[in-house]
Amino acid sequence: MSRLQRIVLAFAATVLATPAFAAGIAVQQPWVRWLPADLPAAGYATLVNTGDMPVTLTGVSSPDYGAVMLHRSLNRGGMERMVTVNSIPVPPHGRAALAPGGYHLMLMQPRRAIRPGQQVTLTFTFGDGRTITVQAPVRPANASG
Amino acid sequence: MKRAVLLTMLAVLFALGGCGSQARVWRLTDVRGHLPDLAFTLTDDTGKVVDAADFRGKLVLLYFGYTHCPDVCPLTLTHLHVLMQRLGPLADRTRVLFVSVDPARDTPAILHAYVSAFDPHITGLTGTPAQIEALAKRYRVAYNRGPTLPGGGYEVAHSAGIYLFDRRGRARLLATDADPIGAIEHDVRGLLGTAP
Repeated sequence: MSRLQRIVLAFAATVLATPAFAAGIAVQQPWVRWLPADLPAAGYATLVNTGDMPVTLTGVSSPDYGAVMLHRSLNRGGMERMVTVNSIPVPPHGRAALAPGGYHLMLMQPRRAIRPGQQVTLTFTFGDGRTITVQAPVRPANASG
Repeated sequence: MKRAVLLTMLAVLFALGGCGSQARVWRLTDVRGHLPDLAFTLTDDTGKVVDAADFRGKLVLLYFGYTHCPDVCPLTLTHLHVLMQRLGPLADRTRVLFVSVDPARDTPAILHAYVSAFDPHITGLTGTPAQIEALAKRYRVAYNRGPTLPGGGYEVAHSAGIYLFDRRGRARLLATDADPIGAIEHDVRGLLGTAP
């Protein structure tokens, strides 16, 4: 990739940061709930699919964390548990919410001191290979959304 | 005439008595008489050994969780933070006890950092596995450690209930994390109004 291409890409990524679009799919309102002591933090966003075909989120990566996993909180019979999921489906002309109490990103091993008020970079990868990179604001632990 | 006065007095007494003993309409689940009084010995997030008597005089909201829980526990603690904000000065008459079901990782120091990030009315409690098991069993709270994940971490499944104790330490109400904050606020105000 040429230097010019890199600059154009970087510019495009900045301009499209919130919300970010690929063809037919968008990542809207991303945010991270900050936790102290390098504890794993949760990341949230709304995935919007404006296309005619189902889309699948297959993974998220971040230069700011050593590992990112797709998780889902489940309440069965009054028991709260978290399960790891391999993918999150986004129906055609529909959306998938990564929101507190449901699907979320588990952001582990922060690579730098992350504080509320900062932003972290999240790259969403979809089943067809498309990627969308967004800047997610880091909100305080007790943020309501 | 005397009889009329007597009847009036009786009627007034009956009305007053009826009013005072009128069953309050709780929005949460009434567990009075079904669960034992608050009792435990644990270590708080400053490293001090505490027991239930240390919290007598406060309305206690007891919740089980763990700090390596980035989604549901923060959501519940955020709801409780909003509750404390809505209570205003009354919040000082309550205490949230966040009991770790993951004592292997939850040291007082980590618990302190965690609960302090949510609200000053929250105390983190940890202890030996036996101490925590004793308290969990007392309120039929289940928890179990999940399999080890890549990277060495693990999850702990746990009951999601919030147990409300009046200022004498009597178990009164049970909330779930699905109950709206308004319902918890309504009943906390009710308990603070009726508790001695």
